Amino acid sequence: MSEPFLIGDAMTGGYGKGPDILHECTIAVNPGEIAVIVGPNGAGKSTAMKAVFGLLNVRSGAVRLDGEDITSLSPQDRVVKGMGFVPQTQNIFTSMTVEENLEMGGFIRTDDIRDTMEQVYDLFPILRDKRNQPAGELSGGQRQQVAVGRALMTKPKVLMLDEPTAGVSPIVMDELFDRIIEVSRTGLPILMVEQNAKQALEIADKGYVLVQGRNAYTGTGQELLADPEVRKSFLGG
Amino acid sequence: MDFLNALVAFVNFVGVPAIAYGSQLAIGALGVTLVYSVLRFSNFAHGDTMAFGTMITILVTWWLQSLGVSFGPLPTALLALPAGIAATMALMLFTDRTVYKFYRAQKAKPVVFVMVSLGVMFMMNGLVRFVIGPGDQRFADGERFLISARDFKAMTGLREGLAIKTTQGITVITAVIVVALLFWFLNKTRTGKSMRAYSDNEDLALLSGINPERVVMYTWLIVASLATIAGVLYGLDKSFKPFTYFQLLLPIFAAAIVGGLGSPIGAIAGGFIIAFSEVTITYAWKKVLTYVLPESLKPDGLVQLLSTDYKFAVSFTILVIVLLFKPTGLFKGKAV
Repeated sequence: MSEPFLIGDAMTGGYGKGPDILHECTIAVNPGEIAVIVGPNGAGKSTAMKAVFGLLNVRSGAVRLDGEDITSLSPQDRVVKGMGFVPQTQNIFTSMTVEENLEMGGFIRTDDIRDTMEQVYDLFPILRDKRNQPAGELSGGQRQQVAVGRALMTKPKVLMLDEPTAGVSPIVMDELFDRIIEVSRTGLPILMVEQNAKQALEIADKGYVLVQGRNAYTGTGQELLADPEVRKSFLGG
Repeated sequence: MDFLNALVAFVNFVGVPAIAYGSQLAIGALGVTLVYSVLRFSNFAHGDTMAFGTMITILVTWWLQSLGVSFGPLPTALLALPAGIAATMALMLFTDRTVYKFYRAQKAKPVVFVMVSLGVMFMMNGLVRFVIGPGDQRFADGERFLISARDFKAMTGLREGLAIKTTQGITVITAVIVVALLFWFLNKTRTGKSMRAYSDNEDLALLSGINPERVVMYTWLIVASLATIAGVLYGLDKSFKPFTYFQLLLPIFAAAIVGGLGSPIGAIAGGFIIAFSEVTITYAWKKVLTYVLPESLKPDGLVQLLSTDYKFAVSFTILVIVLLFKPTGLFKGKAV
């Protein structure tokens, strides 16, 4: 099998000089795929994604994007390389309008960003209506759309979402998942951490179940959903 | 007629001075609020930054005057202002490179930055006194009045005169231009928006590829301009004395905090609130009251609530009240 587009390969590491949280953890995603990281609380799901994005010290293992080793790059440099990251919290500029948020998302680009902005508005039509409203005044689901839209403005080669549905209602969650599938259909690889394991695995092409910072189960979303072990331990039977 | 006289006396002794003083405080407070929102600390050196910019402007003004250059009815200092701004910008960038940058790299706590700015304040304080001396300097020239009290009386036939000094007119017009430019810059330009983004959410700004060092640089450049303009306007209107500029720190901070630290609109509103409170409370109301009240109620004393020596108590009291009851200020700034 050829090398995946983005891979965090056997990553071991933790925050600062603290103890290791990840142990030989491997996470990968390919174009057109949605890869989901699930697991119990404190399993290191978000940590694994942050490791891929360069927000913690990876002491052994490597992160490769399109075959290039980016393990030593700073998060900012990884954005320039084409990684789009949506943090779990504080992922929008609350005092700025929706349009300004998107504009700031495309800050590193020197070409015309209006086309990309139109694409984001097509994807999230509600944002077009609220373009001149401060993003901080929007509802939770709309804020998440702004956050994803902001990350899309760089025209990333891979999109990473840290619990995009945290704190939104089930209906909004379904809608957000639909949008995420839509984004993925454009060929953009999506790596996502999710609390709502069942729903997330249903839309996942690839699932990673982490336990205590290690890969416990890996497979397609359907395989994991069908796996009795996984069902019993994480999905509530 | 008495009522009109009272009104004119009020406008002359309270309205006009307070508007001019308020504009000066507002521009000063804008500088403080910008540093606070982008660099996240209260810059105690702001008053002395104003003093430095004003000093350079005064020196250049004297030089221009010695060459026989004048600006007609306007003060020569306006011609010297760009030089003052440029020198202050250079000083700000120098201070940032040599002092603040070090603490940014350490990710020092805001309180450490405040203490550092206190040190910078003493340095600038010493520098200004060393160069121009601690004494009072007057550097306003050109036409003294837009409308003098005598002309006004002749024009209207009222007993009370209304005088508007040229410097007061210049202050207000400059303030309007400066504020309009600043808001245009912050809301319409890419760099201005990136400053707001950085102030709003530093981590996300970094993720969006906004270069913090550039944002910091632009902030210091703008702050240098605002400080110099505020200082020169204040000096033209009153006089320049290094110690007075150091003391201006209190009303300026009070203005920024009353309006809400980090909120530019708040800084402007705060500037006028502080100025009007200070002037109305330290004004002797006898004259105005004599016109409006019936003969029997005519006040004996000056009806001055507080001697002008205590004017700083006014800003201080307002500051304390705001911090107690509405720490985020009127315009939802950040809590101190």
